Amino acid sequence: MIAIEHLVKYFNRRGVNEVIALSGIDLTIERGEFITVIGSNGAGKSTLLNCLAGTFRHDEGRIVINGKDISPWPEYRRARFIGRVFQNPLTGTCASLTIEQNMALAFRRGARRGLSFGVKAAYRREFMERLAMLGLGLEHRLKNAVGLLSGGQRQALTMLMASLVQPELLLLDEHTAALDPKTARKILDLTRCIVSEEHLTTLMVTHNMKQALAFGSRLLMLHNGRVILDVKEDEKRSLTKDDLLSRFYDMQGEEVESDRMLLT
Amino acid sequence: MTWFSFLGALEQGFVYGIMALGVYLTFRVLDFPDLTVDGSLPLGASVSAVAITAGIDPFVSLLMAAGAGFMAGAVTAVLNTKLKILHLLASILTMIALYSINIRIMDGPNVSLLGKATVLDPLLGLGMSGYVAAPLAFAGVAVTVTGLLIWFLHTELGQALLATGDNPQMIVSQGVNTHNLIIFGVGLSNAMVAFSGALIAQNQGAADANMGVGTIIAGLASVIVGETVLGTKGIFRACFAAIIGSVIYRLAIAMALSMKWGAFSFTPSDLNLITALLVVLALTAPKLKERFGLG
Ligand SMILES: Nc1ncnc2c1ncn2[C@@H]1O[C@H](COP(=O)(O)OP(=O)(O)OP(=O)(O)O)[C@@H](O)[C@H]1O
Ligand SMILES: [Mg+2]
Repeated sequence: MIAIEHLVKYFNRRGVNEVIALSGIDLTIERGEFITVIGSNGAGKSTLLNCLAGTFRHDEGRIVINGKDISPWPEYRRARFIGRVFQNPLTGTCASLTIEQNMALAFRRGARRGLSFGVKAAYRREFMERLAMLGLGLEHRLKNAVGLLSGGQRQALTMLMASLVQPELLLLDEHTAALDPKTARKILDLTRCIVSEEHLTTLMVTHNMKQALAFGSRLLMLHNGRVILDVKEDEKRSLTKDDLLSRFYDMQGEEVESDRMLLT
Repeated sequence: MTWFSFLGALEQGFVYGIMALGVYLTFRVLDFPDLTVDGSLPLGASVSAVAITAGIDPFVSLLMAAGAGFMAGAVTAVLNTKLKILHLLASILTMIALYSINIRIMDGPNVSLLGKATVLDPLLGLGMSGYVAAPLAFAGVAVTVTGLLIWFLHTELGQALLATGDNPQMIVSQGVNTHNLIIFGVGLSNAMVAFSGALIAQNQGAADANMGVGTIIAGLASVIVGETVLGTKGIFRACFAAIIGSVIYRLAIAMALSMKWGAFSFTPSDLNLITALLVVLALTAPKLKERFGLG
């Protein structure tokens, strides 16, 4: 179980450009929950994920995973619990290393790294089996540099790598936004498949309301650094796009007109 | 070029090649432009020379030199990662500090090793002459160090080091403390450079506070020339490219110094100009090839 208690995050605190990106988020995430997160630009979605991963330090509040307050932990230490897929398909993998080298790095996520060979012969069979799941033929390209792959292929690989060592929490920040629609659908199918098979606790940020409704067991809407909607299970299943939109109008009034959420 | 100057160039190429390997590790692997080397090469020389004059075994003095180099590199990396000083500036700070430190270590601007024991003695003891023994021994050492670096870069730790230079966000989210790795990597690089400096001092019979001037340029020239000739595909190739690039670089210099056009010939003070031209040539060669459809 993950408890987020009154999380507050400022940027440029006490400066002229002070922004409060998270203004007191309270959230309890049960093991195995698949949560979709929506909200307008600047709502604080990425900031929330970055604070959980430790990329940013929050200013107030606590993050408790399995009873442990991990607030003071640096990003690399939290990585033991957290798998991530980024919006930019280039961020999750190393271009100059091969597919198998990238996977071997992910295979030791959170573990000590020593002087034994990075890519062990015993790993290869498992890597090939996993890669075959993608249906992209990558299982025959273990020794290709990842820089040779397309954005979609790299994102698929990142998705696989994030779940190679089972994470307590999987963070997906608009991980299909930079892909063409067909590839995006493939990555989403893969996401659904991996998350349900491994029962991963997941936070998935998306700008697509249909996706947010179709995926997961719980839906959060963020606005101005606050959770303004939190629906689960049956209630979520009965939710429609119109419900979301009207909720949105309620909160924002006219300012929503120019928002790109309306377009999707 | 005479046979003698050819062997001399080989000798220099291999011994400075170990330094070039260190430069490859920071510049290429870690993407960390590190000028500490201008200070850590004479640091290795000073430590080794002073140790030998104090009666310490020359082989042991090499390890002491490498240890000192590691610390120098670690200081640069700590300035960069923990105190957030720009890497280039951090390395310049360590480099100038080392100038003073080296003079302290030697208790003067230089230390002579004439008549003292060196690591070449076992070969000379076999009746081999110095100008054959040195290139042979240094080739052996350079290949061994290259082999060790290639092995290391394939280990779990080495792979994490490669990833740190390539994509820090990726490797942090795989649970690696990149600060520690950068400190270790820059330390390792300068250990190699200091090791090379110690061998140079033993070979030329003296350590000198000014012997480090231009180290970084020679190292970069070697790395770039090697990459142009051998390519960068794979760790194995890239590592050997640094050594081979260093040999080619020293041969090119020996060649340039031996040329004569009437009354004109190059002098050692022209080396910096030649090096700069060589680096420019090596950097532009791939583009020129493309442009004119050669190769
Ligand atoms: N590094 C930063 N420095 C300063 N301000 C920032 C930084 N990152 C985010 N912000 C601000 O924090 C607020 C929340 O941004 P965040 O990126 O979390 O929004 P988001 O919900 O992910 O938006 P989007 O849908 O556009 O990705 C915004 O006002 C943004 O301008
Ligand atoms: Mg965002």
